[in-house]
Amino acid sequence: MQVDTSYAGREYPPNAVYEVGREKLREFADAVGASHPAHTDPSAARALGHPDVIAPPTFAVVVAQRAEAQLFEDPAAGIDFSRVVHADERFTHHRPIHAGDRLVTVLHVDSITVRAGLAMITTRAEIADESGAAVATVVSSLAVRPEDS
Amino acid sequence: MSDAVADLTVGTEVARREVTVDRARLIRYAGASGDFNPIHWNARVATSVGLPDVIAHGMWTMGAAVGVVADWAGDPGKVVDYQVRFTRPVPVPDPGAATIEVVAVVGALDAEAGTARIDLTVSVDGVRVLGKAQAVVRL
Repeated sequence: MQVDTSYAGREYPPNAVYEVGREKLREFADAVGASHPAHTDPSAARALGHPDVIAPPTFAVVVAQRAEAQLFEDPAAGIDFSRVVHADERFTHHRPIHAGDRLVTVLHVDSITVRAGLAMITTRAEIADESGAAVATVVSSLAVRPEDS
Repeated sequence: MSDAVADLTVGTEVARREVTVDRARLIRYAGASGDFNPIHWNARVATSVGLPDVIAHGMWTMGAAVGVVADWAGDPGKVVDYQVRFTRPVPVPDPGAATIEVVAVVGALDAEAGTARIDLTVSVDGVRVLGKAQAVVRL
């Protein structure tokens, strides 16, 4: 299976709305050991000026990966997930994600390069609210190891 | 808020923390994140693809490491940018656990933007597992 480099530059249509729930944020915060009360206690979050409990800094990956699935689950893209290694990840928060947010994600395939059989894929998930105001940008780079390694 | 920036010095350690991770923690993260790749919970699958053992999700390590920064900032919403490079896998034994050590140091200051870049050294048994781990905090 060969990664199809012609996917580079592709922009997908907006993904289905992701509705952020308080209990989901609690579950995620607990899993990564994020113990700050702003993740779980609405009054603590409001005291800091947030409308409701806020997401830990890496929670946006949950939202982004639903959009990324459009690429990775497309058989024509030729990405064998058993050979994928996560290379790097970056979150830019235009504002904190909070419970009650209804988020829409547009996935961009920024680049696909192949060198000595190793494919490097960089995606960018632009997460916005329903009015289109930017919330977070998630850039993820994956390496796909060649078949015979 | 440039006063808060002026109070900091590049190179100063602002926080450190040790976080342990066992198989139960990885299964909890798998459920919370939706990343059910079996290399993070099934030793048979992990070793069949050439890994030494079950390994932690890179995204778990990334998420666990930034907690010290969020707590230091006083508000996790002040972490406006956070990036890492995944340089080494973190094997998680069973029985037992792995421990990641996180050291947070002021890496750069931008008085105009009112931000501090906090550089994280994240290691297991003295070996770094993340590279270029940087969080930008609005002060």
